[in-house]
Amino acid sequence: MERRRSTPDVLAGAIFMVIGGAFAVGSLGYELGTPLRMGPGAFPMLVGAIVAALGLAIVVKGLVAGEAITFGSIPWRAIGAIVLAVVFFGTTVRGLGFVPTCAVTALLTALASTRVRLLTAVAVAAGLTVAATLIFVVGLQLRIPLWGPWLGF
Amino acid sequence: MELLDNLALGFSTALLIQNVIYCFVGVLLGTAVGVLPGIGPTATVAMLLPITFYFEPVTALIMLAGIYYGAQYGGSTTAILINLPGESSAAVTALDGHEMARQGRAGSALAAAAIGSFIAGTIATVVLAVAAPPLARVALQFGPAEYFSLVLLGLIVSIALARGTALKALAMIALGVLLGTIGQDIYTGTPRFVFEQRELYGGVDFVSVAVGMFGVAEILRNLENEHSREALVSKVRNLWPTREDRRRMVGPIARGTGVGSLLGILPGGGHVLASFTSYAVEKRISKRPQEFGHGAIEGVAGPESANNAAAQTSFVPLLTLGLPAHPVMALMVGAFIVHGITPGPNVITDEPELFWGLIASMWIGNVLLVLLNLPLIGLWVRMLRIPYQVLFPMIILFASIGTFSLSFNAYDVYAIVFFGLLGYVLIKCGCEPAPLLLGFVLGPLLEEHLRRALIISRGDVTVFVTRPISAVLLALTVAALVVAVLPAIRKRREVVFTEDD
Repeated sequence: MERRRSTPDVLAGAIFMVIGGAFAVGSLGYELGTPLRMGPGAFPMLVGAIVAALGLAIVVKGLVAGEAITFGSIPWRAIGAIVLAVVFFGTTVRGLGFVPTCAVTALLTALASTRVRLLTAVAVAAGLTVAATLIFVVGLQLRIPLWGPWLGF
Repeated sequence: MELLDNLALGFSTALLIQNVIYCFVGVLLGTAVGVLPGIGPTATVAMLLPITFYFEPVTALIMLAGIYYGAQYGGSTTAILINLPGESSAAVTALDGHEMARQGRAGSALAAAAIGSFIAGTIATVVLAVAAPPLARVALQFGPAEYFSLVLLGLIVSIALARGTALKALAMIALGVLLGTIGQDIYTGTPRFVFEQRELYGGVDFVSVAVGMFGVAEILRNLENEHSREALVSKVRNLWPTREDRRRMVGPIARGTGVGSLLGILPGGGHVLASFTSYAVEKRISKRPQEFGHGAIEGVAGPESANNAAAQTSFVPLLTLGLPAHPVMALMVGAFIVHGITPGPNVITDEPELFWGLIASMWIGNVLLVLLNLPLIGLWVRMLRIPYQVLFPMIILFASIGTFSLSFNAYDVYAIVFFGLLGYVLIKCGCEPAPLLLGFVLGPLLEEHLRRALIISRGDVTVFVTRPISAVLLALTVAALVVAVLPAIRKRREVVFTEDD
């Protein structure tokens, strides 16, 4: 039996169980209602339970007769850089304005690759900032200030 | 001759100069993202959706549709030339198409794909024009119970789209439905699962889910092992197929068109299923099945026709029932809604110009695609040399800007990272993202119709099986579920049996 244990299967099933379970438990806080007038909690409760049950089935199957999937390596650097870049964009785009935010976001993202040289990353970031400004602000009239209030403009 | 009048109306709309231009922009972008591995039509449409808010509705939809079917063309080009399917449905084309290219018949393969796609696209446009109005009339009879059953059927059929096991696809659908419940409850206004955050009251925007699952997750996958894409591009000569090749193309194109048109209409069926089915059909009826996989032109012409026909007819469920059959269609539902149009049976009578204009634009788009693809093939091949190090920061940056501009809500931007990471882990575990997105879009419809049907029936749950149309749809759902799960059971058996040995 050991041979066919599949860690990715068990992990996937566990994710479904956790999310489904969390929603099902969370929906107990809302009114469940009756079949005639279902409350806001009824549908999420039902679907949450289904997700959790399917998750359990996937875990069991993963322990008994799992799919042979290789999980592969995890690009930690890319994950870190991209998460940081996007969160930076969300938090600063109003304050810093379009141009500085785009430049930093693009630079951080470009650094996600392990093979990029710093100079290339800066060039890519500069080019993308110009392109994005031309396309979104000049071309499509997106209403975001180019330079934000945090910079004293 | 009502059909001719309608088509005339359609062409007079589609041939307006700005519509032709945006149709061209759409198919051009579609071909580009179809050619480029690492970015597909779903992520592209998701990113461009906010931009189209400023267009006329019909122009916006013409362009978005162009991206969708344009990507089918572009995907086959890379599949044939470098054995790298740019789009999932082109995976089948790569089998024989790339083999043909290695034998120096790349030109014939490309021509077979383009001619097949064009013929299939033309016929499927007519199928769409003929099939949609009667279906819309039927759909007008649908009550909440029928809609509930239909949505359920669409979701279950979409399991066929997924590569992994049926169990995981089911779980992904249900997870999508579950995530769709975030935000205010439609009937009582109670905010659900919002963690006291006002920004989440409107729910999670599905553009963020699409960009995260299809854009960010895909980029993380590609950054796992970076290797320079050495494009071993075969020289393209002799675009015109030989007489022998032309003779062998006719049957597969005709059958592929038929298979594709039919499977495209099924909610949740889609073009991937169509191209796989067509390949299987061609291989089975061929007198030379041993040639398949070694450069049989039937293996290119059939699936390419089928996926293009299906891409076109998959607009039928969208335009008549308001049901998206593909993640791109789900995004188009968003495009309709933004412009104040509810996709469904009423579109055809309330917005005839939009309906027929969109259909006519597909034929124009197909003409443009043939012109774009065959003579300009060298240009597309050169696009493969764009380094990924430029491409992926562009996708992330444009995705951030695009999702922010949806409603100037930073939570829409954070959501792309959340769904990117969730999608990445789940994809690594062998779960496909497409069913989740469909579940996310259709989930709220499912809940709304379930609750409305129960209110109308005074809480009687049997309403779903006592109304005939609903009962038939539910029976089909059960059948689809059994068909999807059966191979899994059989495979389990085989595993068990081999262990006994």
